[in-house]
Amino acid sequence: MNEGRFKRMKDLPSTHLLGTGTPMCSGCGGLEAIREIYDVLGPGTVFVNAAGCMTLLAVYPFTPFRGSWLYTAMASAPAGAQGIRDALDILIEQQRLPVGEDLEVVVLTGDGAAYGMGLSSTSAAIERDLDFLYICYDNEGYGNTGQQFSGATPHAARTATSKGPLGFAGYKKDLFAIWAAHKPAYVATVIGSEPLDLVRKIEKARQLKGPRLIIALAPCPPGWDFDPRESADIGKLAVTTGVWPLKEYSDGKVVHTKIPRQRQPVAAYLEKQGRFAHLFKPQRNEQLLQELQNSVDSYWAEIES
Amino acid sequence: MTRTLLTGNGAAAWGARLARVDYVPAFPITPQTEIIETIADWIDRGEMPGRTVTLESEHSMITAAGAAATSGVRVFTATSSQGLLYGMEMLYTVAGWRAPFVMANVSRGLAAPITLEPDHNDIMAARDSGFLQIHCASCQEVLDSVLIAYRLAEDHRVRLPVIVNLDGFYLSFTREPVEIPAPDAVGSFLLPYDAESTQFRASTPTSQAVAVLGGTPYSYFRYENHLAALNAIPVYEEVAEAFAGVFGRRHEAVEAYRCEDAEIVFVMIGSFASKAREAVDRLREAGQAVGLVRPRLLRPFPGERLQHLLAGKQGVAVIDQNISMGMGGVLHTELAAALYGKAAAPPVLLSFIGGLGGRDITPEELYDIAAVTCQAAEDGVIPPPQLLFTREELREVRKLQAIAHEERNKLESGP
Repeated sequence: MNEGRFKRMKDLPSTHLLGTGTPMCSGCGGLEAIREIYDVLGPGTVFVNAAGCMTLLAVYPFTPFRGSWLYTAMASAPAGAQGIRDALDILIEQQRLPVGEDLEVVVLTGDGAAYGMGLSSTSAAIERDLDFLYICYDNEGYGNTGQQFSGATPHAARTATSKGPLGFAGYKKDLFAIWAAHKPAYVATVIGSEPLDLVRKIEKARQLKGPRLIIALAPCPPGWDFDPRESADIGKLAVTTGVWPLKEYSDGKVVHTKIPRQRQPVAAYLEKQGRFAHLFKPQRNEQLLQELQNSVDSYWAEIES
Repeated sequence: MTRTLLTGNGAAAWGARLARVDYVPAFPITPQTEIIETIADWIDRGEMPGRTVTLESEHSMITAAGAAATSGVRVFTATSSQGLLYGMEMLYTVAGWRAPFVMANVSRGLAAPITLEPDHNDIMAARDSGFLQIHCASCQEVLDSVLIAYRLAEDHRVRLPVIVNLDGFYLSFTREPVEIPAPDAVGSFLLPYDAESTQFRASTPTSQAVAVLGGTPYSYFRYENHLAALNAIPVYEEVAEAFAGVFGRRHEAVEAYRCEDAEIVFVMIGSFASKAREAVDRLREAGQAVGLVRPRLLRPFPGERLQHLLAGKQGVAVIDQNISMGMGGVLHTELAAALYGKAAAPPVLLSFIGGLGGRDITPEELYDIAAVTCQAAEDGVIPPPQLLFTREELREVRKLQAIAHEERNKLESGP
C-alpha cells in the first residue's frame, strides 16, 4: 500500500474540515467516516449525493462542507457525477475553466442506494471508466426511514421490517465483490474506527484515476440499537471479530489490509447491539450464533489458505 | 437559401448542432434514436464539436443532462414515451435545479398495451414537471424550435429546461424540405451560454439542490419556479420576434389559421393539426366559417392568447391526442379552465379524443366534428365528449378477438 503522508496515528489531521452541528444522530458511524475522508479530500471536491441520511447534511441555507454539493435523487448520483465530470472536462478543454478550478467528483450514498436502487447507475459509471470517487456509508438498512432491511442487512438482524424471532432471513450482498468484478481502478472497505487504515486508502484512491469506490461500514446507534458512546467500540469489534474485513482491490488483486490474527468470537460484536438481542435473550440461539460464526470463519479460512 | 430534405429527427439533430451544444447525454429509444445516432456520427467524424455519452437509462441520462447544465455547459438530449416516463423523477428534479437545457421528445403512445406509434400521453405526463414545452407540426419547426428553446431556457428571467415535442413517425420519420440556417446567423441569434453563477468551480464552492425543512422555503422555491415559467410567456414573444428578424420565419406561441372570421374553431397540437388545417380549407371551400388554433407553447400555457383568439366564437372543438383516464382530454380541460368566466368566451367547448397510438383522424371525421360543433352552437345542447372510433374499427378488433379465442381453444383442446 502507498502509505503516502499517513504512516502513524500521529500523522492523522488534528484539525477537521467538515463543519460541526449537523443533524446526524450522535455516534453516527457514517459521519465519523465522512469526517475522516473529508480531511484527506479537502474542499476541492463536489459531493454528489443520493437520498439517504447524509442528504440532511446540507439543509438550506447550511452546509458543513467547505467545497461544493449537488443533491440528485436516490438512484442516479453516479449519473450526476458523470454530468459534472464531463462538463468540467469540456470547460477545461475549451479553456473556459482554468485547470486550477477543477474538482474531484465524489458520489456520497447510503447502502440503500449503493446496494439496490443505484446499482445500475454505478455499474454503468464504472463500465464507462468515469473518473470519480464513490463513498458508500453502509449502516445495513434503510436508516433514514427507520431501519427497514436493505440489500446490505446482515443475516438474522432485526429491522423495522424483520421483527420476527429469527430476524432478517436474507444475507448481506457482497457489494465489494460486485464492484470489483467490474475491474475499476480501486475498491476498498473502511470503517471510521480504524482511521489510519481509512485515510491511507482514501489517500491512495485520491492519487488514482478512474472509478474508485469505498464502502464504509457505519455503526448506527438508532438503527442497530446501541448507546451512541459504543459506536467506536462496535466498529473496532466489527474488525477484530472478522465480521467486516478491511481490504482493497486494485490491479486485479484483493489485499486484506488488516487481518485480525486472534479473531474474537462474533458473539462479542453481536451482543452489543439490540438488533441481535433475540440471539441472546430470552435464551441463546446457539444454532443461529454458530451459523453466523461459521460464515465468518469460512470467509477467513479461504483468505488464510 | 436552399432547402434540404430532412426527417423530424434529422431536423432536431441539426438544431442541436447549430446551437453549438457542448454535451449530449443519450439513451436509445424508438422513434427518437435517429437523433442521437445522427449527433454521435457527426461528433465521431469531427463535423460537430462536443461530446456525447450513452447512459444506461433515461433516468440517468436526464440526471447527467441536468448536472452538466448546472456545471455551466450547453446540453442537448432526446427521448420518447416510456423513456420520458422512466426519467420522470428527474424531469421534476432538474427543473427544480433551474438547469437550462433542451430535450427533444418524440411523442409515442404509452404502455399498456405497448406500441411504437404516436400520441401525446407521454408529453402530457410531463406537464407539471417544470419543463417548458414547445409542440411542433413540421420538420422546419422542429429545427427552429430547438434554437428558440435554447434562448428561452437560458434567459436569466426563465432559467428552465425546455422540451421540444415532435410526433413519432408523422414527423420523426417523415422527410420534408427544411431550410438549414447558416451557422453565422444562428451565432447572432443565439449567444454562447452564460451560466452566470450556475456552475461548480474550486474557487467558488456552491451547494445546489439542497434539502429544505418545512413548507415555507419549499413553497418559496416552488413558486419561484412557477413564476419563472410564467415569465417565459413575454420572453417567448421577444425570442420569436428576434428569430423572425434574423431568419424571416415567425413562430407564434399560438398559431391561428383562418381564425379571424371563423365561427367554429378546431384546437389541436402537434403534427395532426396539419390534418385539421387541410380540413379547414375544404370546409371553407364549402362555405363554412371554420378555423384552427394550434398552441405551440403548452408550458407556460398561453391562456390569454387563447382567450383572445377564441373570443366571440360560436363553438370550439378541442381534439385531444391523449386521454386522462376517468377525466378525458387534457387540452380540453386546460382550455376550459382558461376560458371559464372570461368575457366573450365561446359558449360551446366540445371535447373529442382521437389519434391514439397513431390512429388516423380522417378528413370525414374532422368535417363531422365541425358539424357536431356547429349543431351544438345552434341548439345549445352540449354533447358528451366523443371517443373517435368507427364501427369498421370495432369490427376489426372483434375479428382479432375472435382469432385470439380460436387460438386459445386450439391450444386447450390439444393436438
